[in-house]
Amino acid sequence: MDELSLYVLDITMNSVRAGADTIGITLDEAGKWLDFSVSDNGCGMTEEQVKRLSDPFFTTRKTRKVGLGIPFLTMLAEMTGGFVRITSVHESVSDDHGTTTYARFGRNHIDFIPLGDMVETVLTLIQGSPDINFTYTHKTESGTVSLSCEELRAILEDVPLNEPEVLAWIRENLREQYAALASESNR
Amino acid sequence: MTVNEAVTALGLTLLCGDGDREITGVYVGDLLSRCMSRVEEGCLWITIMSNINAVAVAALTDPACIIFAEDVEVEDEVLQRARSNDITIAQSTQDAYALCVAYHNACGDLS
Repeated sequence: MDELSLYVLDITMNSVRAGADTIGITLDEAGKWLDFSVSDNGCGMTEEQVKRLSDPFFTTRKTRKVGLGIPFLTMLAEMTGGFVRITSVHESVSDDHGTTTYARFGRNHIDFIPLGDMVETVLTLIQGSPDINFTYTHKTESGTVSLSCEELRAILEDVPLNEPEVLAWIRENLREQYAALASESNR
Repeated sequence: MTVNEAVTALGLTLLCGDGDREITGVYVGDLLSRCMSRVEEGCLWITIMSNINAVAVAALTDPACIIFAEDVEVEDEVLQRARSNDITIAQSTQDAYALCVAYHNACGDLS
């Protein structure tokens, strides 16, 4: 995993597995940090579970005894002078449950890895979970790229978001938004 | 070559684990997410990432021995976790290149 987008994908898949139907992904690299957050309304975690997240020998998965998603993310963030913060409310505690993972990376640090292809990451998520309401916001120095599955669904009505034509349209739309930012920053 | 033989030939310090295991290859790497897919069962894995995540990667990939190179510090917690997961760890003051050369030469001496 030598691109940050793979970590965004990994963290978001945790939200999908937690049964969330609404997941917000934000990236902010307008300043000297790259901040990303993934917020969901999934089942959440208990305090005890959150405490043990940084331990790689803790996992909720039953297929293997090691879980490295959060430990790797934390290591990478700390190597660039950043951090990872996770807040969670378990469904047994409140109806307003869910998890937010917030990670900060030093963009100018020598150990910073490239962001990678966020367009394909978002498409992979929508393709795999067309019924989840993803919102995606990427703020850069020259402007913001955004996407809302809920808005798309309101327009498309009963057409699933993982229809090939819909995915192609989303890809094109995101690429155009990024291209507009690139030309803005070149002016 | 067994881990114990490598410890002698390469001048390593065995910190914990099973020295009788046979070594079947060598992998050098520090980017743990990559090591997760590249470290092979039975190999010597040479790295400078002497943290608990490296132990977790070893628990998944089952190398014969992790060598923490360049005299990096190894915390007690790392050794405790290695012991409870049957991971063998050795330490060296040398860098990965020197260790590879020494291992290669030692293999030649044995054949």
